This record gives sequence, C-alpha cells and structure tokens, in this order.
Amino acid sequence: MSDPVDKLSYDHHQHLPSDMTLRTKALESVLVEAGLVDPATIDAVIEAFETEIGPHIGAQVVAKAWSDPDFRARLLADGTAACAELGYTGEQTTHVVALENSAEVHNLVVCTLCSCYPWMLLGLPPTWYKAEPYRARSVKEPRAVLREFGIDLGEEVEVRVWDSTAEIRYLVVPERPAGTEGLDEAALAALVSRDSMIGTAFASSPNAAAGG
Amino acid sequence: MPPEAHDSGAPLFAEPWEATVQAIAQLVVAGGHVTPQEWAEALGAAIKRAQAEGDPDDGTTYYRHVLAALEALLLDKGLVAPGRLAARLDGWRRAYETTPHGQPVVLPPG
Repeated sequence: MSDPVDKLSYDHHQHLPSDMTLRTKALESVLVEAGLVDPATIDAVIEAFETEIGPHIGAQVVAKAWSDPDFRARLLADGTAACAELGYTGEQTTHVVALENSAEVHNLVVCTLCSCYPWMLLGLPPTWYKAEPYRARSVKEPRAVLREFGIDLGEEVEVRVWDSTAEIRYLVVPERPAGTEGLDEAALAALVSRDSMIGTAFASSPNAAAGG
Repeated sequence: MPPEAHDSGAPLFAEPWEATVQAIAQLVVAGGHVTPQEWAEALGAAIKRAQAEGDPDDGTTYYRHVLAALEALLLDKGLVAPGRLAARLDGWRRAYETTPHGQPVVLPPG
C-alpha cells in the first residue's frame, strides 16, 4: 500500500491513520450501527484490560488454594465455581479447569488453534503464547520447550500438555515453594507469576522474590 | 522461544486499535452474537490464512488475525451486510482526508 501519511503531511488535513486503525473504526461503526455493541462498553472492556484483569487475580486463587485445603479441593473439583466464590465470574461462557503441579506431574497449557486462555484470571495472553512456535512445539516436544523457559524436568516427572478450547480454560496451580509455611495469602500470591499459571515457570521462592 | 518469553512489564497493546478489536471480539461473544466455538474456529482459520500469505505468526501480528477473523465471521453469519464494512472504511478514510487539522474527525452519515 502507498504511504498516505506522506501524501498528506504537507497539507492542513488530518494525518490518515494506519490501514488497521481505519478497518477497526469501520468494524466498530458497523457493529454499533447494527446495535451489536455499545461504544461505551468497548471503552469499559479496554479499561478492564488495562486496570482490572491480570495475573494478580489468578495468583490470588492459587494462594488461596495453597492456604486453604478445602478451597483447593473445590478448585480442583470445579474451577469455575471456586473462582466464582472469590467473585471472579467473568468467563461465564467457559469452564475453568485447575491443574495441580507437583513433584510428580508438571502440567503445561497451550492453545494449538489460536489463543484460548483464562483471560479473567491471567489477563491478556503474552505474545509467545499466541506465536506459532509455542502453539506447535508445546505438544510435540514439551520438555524441550520447558527447558527453553528454564525448566529442566527429570524423566521421572510426568509432563501433561493441555490444549485449551473455546469451552475449557486451564489454570495451572504451581507447586507451593518450600520455606513459605508462615506466609499469608497476599505474600504467597506475590510468588505466583503469570507464567507459573501457564506451566512455563515455577512459583518463585520467597528469597528470590525478596531479592528482585 | 523469544527473549521476551517470561513475565515482563511490556505494554498490553502496541497500538490502540489492537485493544479495540480485542474488546469487540470479547463483546460479540459475551453478547451471544457469536459462540465461543465459532470464535475460536474463525480465529484459527484467520491465522491459517495469514500463515499461507506469509504472515510470520510470531504473536506480534496476532491482533491483525483477530480483526480479519471478526470481519470474516460477522459477514459469514450475516451480522454485517456485504459491502457495509467497505462503505464505512471509505467513509472514515474520506473523513480523515477532508477534516481540517485540529477538528474532530466524524464519520459522515451514509
């Protein structure tokens, strides 16, 4: 495509936005005119992306599971209902399935088709999660992928790869690190990264977290 | 994996339109206009089409796929009349081209 910004930069009209911006504006206009979406709602959702949803929510769920054995059991039995107990009901159309990592089993989550992901709990998926290499290789060679994330699992550890779907969103509950016995839920949640809830990281140890 | 493979404070969106298309995608599903299954399939198909056309599919072009999937799915489902998107695209382009600098750009009726 030609560069319309150059063409317009010497006159007194507006700079023409990018092709993607114009297509987005056209899409938004058509949907608003058809009554399918409300512009104020679009703004509210974007605001939520920036300020509300994010891995701090998933981390709170994990920290509660570590601290409260009854909640842990409910979370593993019905992730959607357990998250709703904490007020997180943003994904009504999908089921949350919690997967517990341990010394024996390491769960890893991928969406081989596109980018299915527990948005409400983890926020927007990272770029690598949406990229072809991760989508393709996590299933074929999960141990090699995990090594690239710095996780070198012994052969005795079973690796389970879970392919997300439109209906099922997985949340990995990482193994609780040693030396965290006295910590409250807020301190525990600080050890739980986004990646640890996808399965591409361990939870941080309290010393490492304090150091950086 | 790329160097940014781990948690980072990177901005959520590279450009504002990316946030808008993501919000629209969630809203048409949440509003029941599109089922989660339809959406996942449309997005997967858009990614495959882009790959075939040489898209790097490295995650950085992801929101282009979201936009293309929305355009195709809404047309397929009859939620958007054929030609309507092109007409609105043209309307926005002309509005930018004809609005004096400093004035708000408004889409003309049509």
